[in-house]
Amino acid sequence: MKAGVLALQGDFREHAAVLASLGATPVEVRTPEELAEVDCLVIPGGESTTISKLARSAGLVEPIRERAAAGMPMLGTCAGMIVMAKRVIGLDPLLDLVDITVRRNAYGRQVDSFEADIEVEGVDHPVRAVFIRAPIVEEVGPGVRVLAEHEGHPVVVEEGNLVVASFHPELVGETRLHAYVLGKV
Amino acid sequence: MERETGTFRVKSGLAEMLKGGVIMDVTNAEQAKIAEDAGAVAVMALERVPADIRREGGVARMADANKIEEIMRAVSIPVMAKVRIGHFVEAQILQALGVDYIDESEVLTPADEEYHIDKWAFTVPFVCGARDLGEALRRIAEGAAMIRTKGEAGTGNVVEAVRHQRTMLRQIAWLQSLRPEQFVAAAKELGAPVELCRMVAEQGRLPVVNFAAGGIATPADAALMMQLGVDGIFVGSGIFKSENPAARARAIVEATTHYNDPDVLAKVSHGLGEPMPGIDIKELGEEALLQTRGW
Repeated sequence: MKAGVLALQGDFREHAAVLASLGATPVEVRTPEELAEVDCLVIPGGESTTISKLARSAGLVEPIRERAAAGMPMLGTCAGMIVMAKRVIGLDPLLDLVDITVRRNAYGRQVDSFEADIEVEGVDHPVRAVFIRAPIVEEVGPGVRVLAEHEGHPVVVEEGNLVVASFHPELVGETRLHAYVLGKV
Repeated sequence: MERETGTFRVKSGLAEMLKGGVIMDVTNAEQAKIAEDAGAVAVMALERVPADIRREGGVARMADANKIEEIMRAVSIPVMAKVRIGHFVEAQILQALGVDYIDESEVLTPADEEYHIDKWAFTVPFVCGARDLGEALRRIAEGAAMIRTKGEAGTGNVVEAVRHQRTMLRQIAWLQSLRPEQFVAAAKELGAPVELCRMVAEQGRLPVVNFAAGGIATPADAALMMQLGVDGIFVGSGIFKSENPAARARAIVEATTHYNDPDVLAKVSHGLGEPMPGIDIKELGEEALLQTRGW
């Protein structure tokens, strides 16, 4: 299986390593041609404003939206959650896919970034979650299922073929969210 | 469920998120906005860019707190700021201001000629410059969560950044060629902790993110450093000392992402106006070099 990772900016190398450890063939996606080759797509952590500009100039926005509408499974972490959300406070949405409202950098500045154990639905052991200048999900639409919460806010949500997390499973070698999304292919 | 802040994973994690991106020197809110709009992943808040520090001389210190706060208010991307080598009180002040990353930088006048800052004592992460592997590992041993080449700041000349990156690559390959009994001697030669030397040999790279800095002035320079294996790019004077900062900033961002695609590099290299004037390193006397500050 060819598992795409959007490789415009951010920690795409760590996502590719997790996907490879699960037996998939990671493919770095920077062009619409590369996107057409993959069976699923991960949008990594990074700077959401930078990834948004680069995705627009590479002509990737509409092709990703079309693939997502046709059922391609997608996983977004942190910045990936922001660019997949339908509503972002103070920023135009990029992919406009998941029916959530997110607030960027909502925990504060970098000195407030943290790690914590999180219980995720369908996963036996707690997930060690690293939150880096993370977004907060302020509202979820009726079709969205919350898979994990932290301090009263959803931190992993699913809507059909799309899964987004506000933290970084890829930074700690946590593979279960990726395995869950690969299972949808 | 408890929150743990300031762990090494959280500090180095922010550097991981900056990878493949460009961090730009800015001296006011307006420049910070131009950098953010061009797609910078972070800005470095400064009183003067390195080219001006080099020209004007005098003691270069941490930027004024007003200036840093003005820049923090202007953008949503992370804001970094520089402290003098060894000046841990400037670092305490930046941490209190809420700066996202501290650069303990040779571009400012060193405050301590013997010791760098104990970076483990801070919640905010640090980036430090290095000319070779030993220097990089000494900084990591002191708690740095990100490394950059020193290059030669304020010259618009990429040759020193290339030299420093090539030196690191050569020394990493050398460590990987060693037999187990050679590591203590190798650590002595590099002047770096043996455990970190073993880690580098195992992973084939630095244990933290490594950016290029010091002399990058064009999209081609940025792509050159990316093809030499760095994780991202700092541009100091190269943007706001050029004729058309916004266009040049956008082009360097595109070149850093598409560094392996000559068609994109050719496309973004059109119509950028004049780059910053450069300096031949040989014309600088030994005492004018910034890279020899720190040990």
